[in-house]
Amino acid sequence: MSTSLRCCMPRLLRRLACLALLTGATTARAQDGVRLGLLYGDGGKRPGIHVLPVAGVTGDSVRAIIMRDLDFGDRVTVMPRNTALPAPRTPGVLDYAAAARLGINGVVEVTLVPAGAALVLYDVGAKQVLQRRTVSLPGTPNSAAWRMALHGASDQFEEWMSGTRGIAATRVAYVAGGRIWVVDSDGANAAPLTAASVRAISPSFHPDGQSIVYAALEPAGSAIYVSDLRGAVRRVVAPRGLNISPTFTPDGSGIAYAHGEDFGTELYLVNAGGGVPRRISIGRGSDNTSPSFSPDGRRIAFTSGRAGRPDVYIADDDGTNADLLAALSSSSQAYRSSPDWSPDGRAVVFQSQVGGTFQSMVITLRDRAVKQLTTEGANEDPAWAPDSRHVVVASTRSGVRQLWVVDTETGRARQLTTAGGTRLAAWSSRLIR
Amino acid sequence: MNYRVVGTGLMLASVGMGACRSKQVPVAAVTTAPSTVVATDDGAARRAREQFVRDSIAKAQADALRVSSDGESANLRSLLEAAVRFEYDASDVTAEGRAALDAKLPILRTNTALRIRISGHTDSRGSDEYNLALGLRRASSARKYLSDRGIDVGRIDVVSFGEERPAASGEDEGSWAQNRRAEFEILSGAESLRVPPR
Repeated sequence: MSTSLRCCMPRLLRRLACLALLTGATTARAQDGVRLGLLYGDGGKRPGIHVLPVAGVTGDSVRAIIMRDLDFGDRVTVMPRNTALPAPRTPGVLDYAAAARLGINGVVEVTLVPAGAALVLYDVGAKQVLQRRTVSLPGTPNSAAWRMALHGASDQFEEWMSGTRGIAATRVAYVAGGRIWVVDSDGANAAPLTAASVRAISPSFHPDGQSIVYAALEPAGSAIYVSDLRGAVRRVVAPRGLNISPTFTPDGSGIAYAHGEDFGTELYLVNAGGGVPRRISIGRGSDNTSPSFSPDGRRIAFTSGRAGRPDVYIADDDGTNADLLAALSSSSQAYRSSPDWSPDGRAVVFQSQVGGTFQSMVITLRDRAVKQLTTEGANEDPAWAPDSRHVVVASTRSGVRQLWVVDTETGRARQLTTAGGTRLAAWSSRLIR
Repeated sequence: MNYRVVGTGLMLASVGMGACRSKQVPVAAVTTAPSTVVATDDGAARRAREQFVRDSIAKAQADALRVSSDGESANLRSLLEAAVRFEYDASDVTAEGRAALDAKLPILRTNTALRIRISGHTDSRGSDEYNLALGLRRASSARKYLSDRGIDVGRIDVVSFGEERPAASGEDEGSWAQNRRAEFEILSGAESLRVPPR
C-alpha cells in the first residue's frame, strides 16, 4: 500500500524545497499531486533502505540508533548492517548501480561534522541526492539530548523517504510501581518523573510534549498535578473526592478530568493554570471517566457506565449529543473503555473484553468499522503515537505486563519497556520538527 | 474487672438499644423543649433547670456506656474496621455486607466522636481509571447504608483506590473477591471506645 512515489518537481523547485529544509522550514508536500519521497518500483513493497557506516568514535552508535528508528517506523525495510555497498568516494557520488543490484532504493549517509550531523539521502532510482540537511547534536555523545537529536534526524529521513515524518523523536509516559515514568520512543532513558512517596496514575502529555498532567491518589482523595520534565510540579485540582484521568485539551489551555464525590463521577474542564472547573458531561449519577479530545477539541470520547456496563461514548464538549461509539452486536455484553482519539481525528482506539481478557481495538470514525489490534495475552489502555498509525498498549504477551508498540497497519509489535508492571501509557507529540 | 455504673438501667435501655433511631426520642424531646420559652427571669430559671436535666441525662448516658477494656476495644476496632465485599462491577451492598455494616452501627452510635474513612477498592479487571470511579461508588454505597441508619454523614469520609491497593495479589476468583471491597479506617475519636449496650 503506502508506496511513495518520487518527487517529480522541476529541479529548481526541488532545490528550493531543499533550501527550505536547510533553513528549518517545514516540508512542503502533497502539492498538486507532487509528493516528496523515493523513486522505486513498488509492487506493494516497502523501499529498501541502507544506512551507510558512520565514521568517528560514536559512529557505530549513530548508525545503530538511526537503523533502529527507521526499522521501528514500519515504513521502510532496513537492509542488514553488513550489506556490501561501497561508501561514496566523493561526497554525493554513490555507486547507484551497485545499490540497485542489492535491492536498495534509498541510501542514508550521516557524517559527523563540527556543527553536528550532515544528513544525506540518496535516491537510487533517480540516481541522485534526494535531500540533504545538517542538524545540530547537543549534549555529550549518548546523552539523552544527543540521542533525541539523532531521533529527529531519523524522523527527517523518514519524511524524505515516505512523505510522512517519523515518530522516533517522541517520548512515552507510563505508570510503574505507583510512579509516572518517561521513556524515549526506542526504550532508552527510562526514568521516574514523580517521587516514590506519591501514588501517581494516568499521565498525559501537554501538546507541546514538555509537561505531563497526572492524578495522585492521596489518603484523603485524589488530586491533579502538572509536572514539567525536570520534575517541577504544580497542583491544578486539590484532593477533594475523586479527581482522576486528566488530559489536556488539544490547544493545551485546559485540562479535562473525571471528578466524583459521592454517587456519580462526571467529566470536568478546568483552566490549565487552575481555577473553577466546569462540568462537561451529563452522566446523571453514572460514572464517566477517561476523556480524550478530538483534534479540534469539539468532541470528547470517554468511558461511561450510564447504560450499566462500562462502554465508550462520544459527546460534544458540553456533554450533549452523547453517542455510543461502537454499536454492540446483538449478543455482545462487552466491557469497553479507555478511548484515545487519534491525532489525525480519523479513529479511536479503546479496550474491549474478548473472551475474558481485554484487547485493544480501533474504530474508524468514517464508517465505524472496528478492527481488533491484538490477540496475544491481555492488551490494555491503547494510546496513539503522533503518526496516528502506531499505538502503545500494556500487554501481558511476554508473561509480565509491559508496554508494547503495535503498528495498526501491519500488526507488528515491539516491546518498549523492560521493567515489569508498566501500564497506562501516553505518547508525546513530535519533539523535533 | 468491671466499670459498670449501676442504677442507670432505664437510661441504658432507652438510649442504648441503638439499632433504631426512634429509641432516641426521649433525649430529642428534652432538647427541643426550650425553644418555646420566653425571656423572663422565670424563663431563665426554667432554662437552667432544663439544662441541668439535659446534662444529667448526658452524664448518665455516658456513664452507662462503660469504657471498654483493652480486649474489648480491640474487638470493637476490628468490627469497625471489618471490610465489606462487593460483587463484580457492582456497588450494591450485599446481604453479607449488610451484616458487617450492621455490626458497626451500634459502635458508631455509642461513640459519637468517632470519625471514619471508607475506601473503595476493585479487583484488577477492567479499566484502571473506571475502577477508581467504581471504588468511589462502593465507598459511597457503604456510607449511605450507615447514614440512612442515623450516622451523620459528616463523620464519614469516602475515598477510592480502585485496583491500586489490592488485598490479595492473585489473578483468580478468590483474590478478585477479596479485592472487591470497602475498607474502614478510624480517623479519630477511638481513644476510649465505649461498649454499645446490648
